Amino acid sequence: MRIVVLTKPVPDPASGAERLGPDGRLDRAASPAVVNGNDEYVLEKALKLVAEAGEGEVILLSMAPASAPETMRKALAMGATRGILVTDPALEGSCTVATTRVLAAALKTLEFDLAFAGVDTSDGVAGVVPAGVAALAGLPYLSYAATIDPDMAARTVRVNRITATGFDVLQAPMPALISGTQALGEPRYPSLKGIMAARSKEISTIKMADLGIDPASVGTAGATTRVVDSHKPPPRAATRVIREPADEAARQVVAFLAERRLI
Amino acid sequence: MAAGIWVHGEVAGDGSLAKLSTEVATLARALAEASGEPVTGVVIGADPAGAAATLADYVPRVLAVAEPETAEHAAGTIVAQRLAALIAEHQPRMVMTGAGPEGRDLAGALSALTGWGVLANATAVRWDDGGPVATHNVFGGKLVTESALTGDHGIVTLRPNAVTAEAAPSKGKLETVAPAGSLDQPAVPIVERLEASGAAASIDDARIIVAGGRGVGGPDGFTLVQELADALGGAVGATRAAVDSGWIPYSQQIGQTGKIVKPALYLALGISGAIQHKVGMQTAESIVAVNRDADAPIADFADVFVVGDLFEVGRALLEQLRARSG
Repeated sequence: MRIVVLTKPVPDPASGAERLGPDGRLDRAASPAVVNGNDEYVLEKALKLVAEAGEGEVILLSMAPASAPETMRKALAMGATRGILVTDPALEGSCTVATTRVLAAALKTLEFDLAFAGVDTSDGVAGVVPAGVAALAGLPYLSYAATIDPDMAARTVRVNRITATGFDVLQAPMPALISGTQALGEPRYPSLKGIMAARSKEISTIKMADLGIDPASVGTAGATTRVVDSHKPPPRAATRVIREPADEAARQVVAFLAERRLI
Repeated sequence: MAAGIWVHGEVAGDGSLAKLSTEVATLARALAEASGEPVTGVVIGADPAGAAATLADYVPRVLAVAEPETAEHAAGTIVAQRLAALIAEHQPRMVMTGAGPEGRDLAGALSALTGWGVLANATAVRWDDGGPVATHNVFGGKLVTESALTGDHGIVTLRPNAVTAEAAPSKGKLETVAPAGSLDQPAVPIVERLEASGAAASIDDARIIVAGGRGVGGPDGFTLVQELADALGGAVGATRAAVDSGWIPYSQQIGQTGKIVKPALYLALGISGAIQHKVGMQTAESIVAVNRDADAPIADFADVFVVGDLFEVGRALLEQLRARSG
């Protein structure tokens, strides 16, 4: 079984140091990069499925700056087999449309049974790229997966898609693209052995020319959206701290709720 | 058909119009007023009549497209292909949809098919300099950004609860339109629909959310959280730690890898307020937190912070709320 996992290096949300540069784009030097949270859940699922199948590989596919291998090593340390990085100076400042085109074009060069992506990324939070990649690559798209159950003999995959009231059970032929959520299960921590092994795993690089995409259609030059302003949010009013015995504290909370017409 | 602003009317599982679409439609009307662009709703579904009629309460004109394929298949990619064909024909300025799972699936595929950019996850949209300018909360609420389209066309996805839905003064006109274009992307059959057993009240649209974190200590502790939610007429939310511990299902998780909510009241019990949780609830209108740790990060952004044992304070609160409602 071969699974391609789309991953994106994002600024570590826990660092609290994320910021934009003067051009309105993410300042990648400001905070350490980590593997996007939702990508880790689908990667974990991919690793488990390949282990259960007893054969196959998990391939990481990223479109990111040339510094990305550092972050991809973390995913390789979890157990991914190898990485493919689409990187090119022309891609700097790419919007979701360009990202979608590039990832779809790169995916089309690969043979795989399933492709996975996280439902969104913590930096952009758009959540639109996986559906777009599936549309351009002509793949069945199964989104918001809480479970993923492939049947290699039948060459189909079943997914429980999260809905407002429960789940829709979706079934599609392979190859298919699936976007996954945290409900897939906790990602593993890399073992020391995994970290050592990751050092020698292959990360190959793809340039724009290899994909036949016009460099002018991507990056800042081809961007469909632009940031026109950024500012700090208005501060919330000062916190009212209550340090009273439970009954009195509750009385004050009730008074606050009544004052705000919440009860 | 003039250019204009199009509103995608999302059809819920029971065939009704999704609440989020009424919020999107209300915002689209405000943008129509500011821009002079006409606003049109588009509902694509197996039986679009009901949802289209509801959308007509919000916008002056609604196109209903019957697409039988969506009855037994995942709707997003099918709706996107039909909508892309309608767009090619009528060339609206922009399409607006919700930033929930359905809207994101649609916007992603539609953006890929049209090449239109996406102003994603907007908390507000205004018309400025001849086009839409969207406001976004980024980096865990540390920064507010505004973004615009570089071209004439685009897609906007709007976060739930960003706008209060308001019906239009007069009912809009309904038109039935035949599906255009072809369905080239393989459709994905829905083989079964599962209702989550004992499904908890949805946090998506809840006006009041009572949420528990690690401090709640276990599934038993969530009984108190549930009782408080019942007393306040709200829904139960949780942090990732509580969900990962198996105390409450993932559907109730709020935060970075869960849902982003904007209730009128967020009552946080035993929640420290780490950044991953904060991003999901910081825009709540009122935040009340109970935590033993006076230094918990949530103390910095709650309106009211009670330093104390969540069970003692929670039970006292429950008693007083019940006494009030008598």
